[in-house]
Amino acid sequence: MICCSNVYKSYGEKKVLSGIDLDIPDGTIFGLLGPSGAGKTTLIKILTGQIKADGGSVKILGKDVNELSGQDKKHIGITMDNFGVYDRLSCADNLKIFADIYGVPRSCIKEALELVGLGDSMKKPASELSKGMRVRLCLARAFMSSPEILFLDEPTSGLDPQTMRQIHDIIRDKKNSGCTVFLTTHNMEEAYALCDSVSLLNDGVIVENGVPEEICRKYDHQKKIKMHLSTGEDMEIPHDRRAATVLTGLFENGRIETIHSSEPTLETVFLELTGRKLEDA
Amino acid sequence: MKNTAIIIKKQLMDTVKNKTVLIQFVLFPILTLIMENAIKLDGMPELFFTKLFSVMYIGMAPLSAAAAIISEEKEKNTLRVLMMADVSPLEFLFGVGIYVWSACMIGACVMATGFEAKDVPFYLAVMGAGYVVSITAGACIGTAAKSQMAATSLVMPVMVVFSFAPMLSMFNDHIKRVAGFFYTQQLSVLFERMSFDGADAKGVVILAANAAVMFMLFFVTFKRKGLE
Repeated sequence: MICCSNVYKSYGEKKVLSGIDLDIPDGTIFGLLGPSGAGKTTLIKILTGQIKADGGSVKILGKDVNELSGQDKKHIGITMDNFGVYDRLSCADNLKIFADIYGVPRSCIKEALELVGLGDSMKKPASELSKGMRVRLCLARAFMSSPEILFLDEPTSGLDPQTMRQIHDIIRDKKNSGCTVFLTTHNMEEAYALCDSVSLLNDGVIVENGVPEEICRKYDHQKKIKMHLSTGEDMEIPHDRRAATVLTGLFENGRIETIHSSEPTLETVFLELTGRKLEDA
Repeated sequence: MKNTAIIIKKQLMDTVKNKTVLIQFVLFPILTLIMENAIKLDGMPELFFTKLFSVMYIGMAPLSAAAAIISEEKEKNTLRVLMMADVSPLEFLFGVGIYVWSACMIGACVMATGFEAKDVPFYLAVMGAGYVVSITAGACIGTAAKSQMAATSLVMPVMVVFSFAPMLSMFNDHIKRVAGFFYTQQLSVLFERMSFDGADAKGVVILAANAAVMFMLFFVTFKRKGLE
């Protein structure tokens, strides 16, 4: 459904993307992780046909992205970080414009607003919405045409944890209804919680990709078990056969208060691969 | 065509709440009605204020409204959303243009209430033609400007020159000579004569040249900058 091969893009002398390959299966949530300036937004703009790549091929819905018809575009929902809304118009009027453009019935407006939890704010001017509500309005706009593919650029950037969780639930619901979701984020917890697969992007190059849990296991070099004992002491033991004997003894004596394995997070994997933090500004 | 109609509908919804643009549309028609009814001086030419304000209206309202609408859409990135929803740049520009033209024509109809019925078609035709040139100039500025504020800075001097030059030329011959090259001055001359028969060749050439320059500037700007 979303497929790109050997995609290149430069702005003047600066290479923004270098040989990007992606093949995202239908009905999955894919996360593109990278710090600010890694090339995430450029890639999403190329995938959505907003800008052209300097080289390589991009296929969306089985067609070259530059050959998508108006009808095809109705199957694609997009929210970019900087996409605006009509401030003076109400939430419902904002969606009415796009319902007319997409040719969907007006009843979809109410459904889309209720889906994102803005059912009670239909008549509220967009200028009076909080940042989280504006993001949800943008999502409602993207959902209204029941897209097969959703491109979400930093959908939860700058939102409070509760709103973030609500938006995660909406994205999961969309996936469950068969939608393919492509999201960019620099929040590794979001990627871990939401995505079926992720790619780590740094300076325009994909440095790692796969299922988040598998990536973390792959880079688990320490292979240790860390414990905090009831005596207040911290203890680390190698994650091997001998650990079973030690752990059994500690458990039998009731000495373990907390226990963790030592596999890294996506953040530490990214740090190991690039020397940069994901949330670098 | 469908998308153009949607853009017009969107602008109609927005205008009621957009005081800045709304004032542009209603200010001169209201001012005309007030002045024509409130001030009657001996020796004052017939419908003096209507003709004066009509030219100012042509030079101000469509130009600033078109520039404001386009630059605001660009600045707030709503234009990009429209483009992503498969509204083409030309559909958008036509939508904005038709809307501004229609809104200003309503204003012209209000201002035309003082004319004799036989003069109304001529008056409206001249107003309509003037709006097209001004809207093109406004679209040119809206397309070139990166933000609404930049558009306002560009619109102000252009608007002042086009709308005030015909009035100032009444008092100063030097200004009159320069203003003669502007379409608003030529439209003002047409309003004085209130007939196409009275239009001289030079005036028609200047009007056509003004329109051609505006269209050319718009297409050059649009080709270079698009609606990004």
